[in-house]
Amino acid sequence: MLLEVDELCIEYLGAPPTRAVDRVSFSLEERTFLGIVGESGCGKSTLLFGIAQLLSPPAEIRSGSVRFMKQDLVGLDESRVRGMRWRNFSVVMQSAMSALNPVKTVSAQYADAMRAHGERDRAAIASRSEEVLRLVGIDPVHLHSYPHQLSGGMRQRVMIAMALLFSPQLILMDEPTSALDVVAQRSLMVQIKELQNQLGFAVIFVTHDMSLVANFSDRLAVMYAGRFVELGGTRATFDRPLHPYTRGLLDAFPSISGPRQPLVGIGGYPPDLADLPAGCHFHPRCPVRMESLCQLVEPEGNRVGDSEVRCHLYAEERSSAG
Amino acid sequence: MPDDARAPFLSDDGIAEPLLRTAGLTRHFRVGGVFGKTLHAVDDVDLDIKEGEIVALVGESGSGKSTVARLLARMYRPTKGAIWFAGRDISKISSRKDLLAYRRHVPMVFQDPFSSLNPVHTIGYMMRRGLRLHRPELNRTAREAVAVEALETVGLVPGAATMSKFPHELSGGQRQRVGFAQAISWRPLLILADEPVSMLDVSLRIGVLNLMIGLREKGISLLYITHDIASARYVADRVVVMYAGHVVEIGPTEDVLHQPAHPYTRVLLSAVPDPRARTKIAAADIGEPPRVVEPGEGCRFRWRCPLAVDRCWTVTPRLVVTSQGHEAACHVTAGTTPGSGDLAALPRDGHDT
Repeated sequence: MLLEVDELCIEYLGAPPTRAVDRVSFSLEERTFLGIVGESGCGKSTLLFGIAQLLSPPAEIRSGSVRFMKQDLVGLDESRVRGMRWRNFSVVMQSAMSALNPVKTVSAQYADAMRAHGERDRAAIASRSEEVLRLVGIDPVHLHSYPHQLSGGMRQRVMIAMALLFSPQLILMDEPTSALDVVAQRSLMVQIKELQNQLGFAVIFVTHDMSLVANFSDRLAVMYAGRFVELGGTRATFDRPLHPYTRGLLDAFPSISGPRQPLVGIGGYPPDLADLPAGCHFHPRCPVRMESLCQLVEPEGNRVGDSEVRCHLYAEERSSAG
Repeated sequence: MPDDARAPFLSDDGIAEPLLRTAGLTRHFRVGGVFGKTLHAVDDVDLDIKEGEIVALVGESGSGKSTVARLLARMYRPTKGAIWFAGRDISKISSRKDLLAYRRHVPMVFQDPFSSLNPVHTIGYMMRRGLRLHRPELNRTAREAVAVEALETVGLVPGAATMSKFPHELSGGQRQRVGFAQAISWRPLLILADEPVSMLDVSLRIGVLNLMIGLREKGISLLYITHDIASARYVADRVVVMYAGHVVEIGPTEDVLHQPAHPYTRVLLSAVPDPRARTKIAAADIGEPPRVVEPGEGCRFRWRCPLAVDRCWTVTPRLVVTSQGHEAACHVTAGTTPGSGDLAALPRDGHDT
């Protein structure tokens, strides 16, 4: 197993502290593409930063572990994490314009990253930089470009190329396509998938747009109010969504094919993490909630087929299976 | 501007006019100093919006769709061309009174619900202020009643409680509804909605789209500007597709989606993620932004077009009728170059069935 996250809890300190990630557990095999979807404020980006050990105060890991390549990153000395970051796992941020240094050329930024990891040979740096840019389909002449001279789609490709400098085993991506147009978005997704097939890295892809990862991810996690409410194979989740929230999300997308039909989406509004409803956090918006049970008791994870779902509707299936 | 503008509008020749019509609408911007160049944001756009109709204006960034909205809202003046609203050329309006009356009838709802409301004022303050400006005939009590009713129409119930809230007490979806509530309290004829749902969470978008459909049922027309063609299909009666400042295709929504005539419309449709369809993963068009600075003659999609022929490099294609109410501007597929169309060369929508 490449990555095993176990009961990870992340809080934003304050009085009282806000728990943005609550007991999240999952494991990721090599060469696997995991999509994590959720609405704004559900904790998905915090989770990604927590895995990468990039949280800054007031956010802090309270408990749980992140075992990556058989080593728990939580509590590991920062210098040792830094040794693994870029080399074994890398992170692609949402906004390439703010993640790239505006006053340095692409080649200077690549060289910085490689020197920080002990690469001193200028020829090796230059040839690797050219190589990764070619991988993402950008002409190496752009090594001498500044970020502002590139289009949005090219900037994101430059960031992905940078993440590939050391051929890491895992790439964490935080909405890398959200600033792009639909056509550029599609083309970038296709490219990420092709690179993954070619180079064999694993991907964790965080997005608010469930339809975006539908055809690209192997596994899909749906996050709500800091918890994974459903985790399963992507196709299975789209064909047979289990959690009422997942069903609601799928019903919220107008389609360009099939009959035009009225959609209802999900009533209500996403909860405030600092003031979560008791019981199942989704119950105030849930169309199939069971009075008292869902309002009082927080559901456990239940295994249904190959999926895990955190909902009282599936409690029986668990007891009959176990 | 007639207050009761519902009657059919007649042109000078006595022909019934749509609610809003543009003719040759053009807006250029100078970029880059004294020896600078001209950016063609919008070129020669003819479109019309009828009463009680939702028209979706679809395109990617740089297509000019927001510039069209700003021209219609009179935030910019056109470089060339005319905008006829209720039978009157509003690009010629210059008096403050007439402009105010126009803005009351054609309000705009903005993309970002977080920056379009003033954080230091309550929702009630903003609603009342808009009403004092745009509906001076109302007294204090009537203003209050109209404001509360408008808030409740958009689903902010109870309206009276919403009036005393500040923007930070509302979620993004609720704030966007405040934008619509303000607009409808003025009794508009046409609402210009510039990407009103793109910053909202997926679970809240449908609510705002359904609200727009509800407004149409009250007889209000909408221009819905979006890059999301699936949501355009959900709400709109007709779709206008723009690319690099030109209208490349226009027609009834289902016609355009099922028989897209312009290669760009097809690229756009093939890129839409559709969770219900098992989409083929095909290396798509790279999606580079269009060239609009000194574009010159020729089709502006030619660099990206898989069907481009020699003529596309020299002659700008004009809109040609392909079927009832459906027009496209393409030398190859809309048949201005006879015999060269190869419709099979492009996938219709990229979806397997």
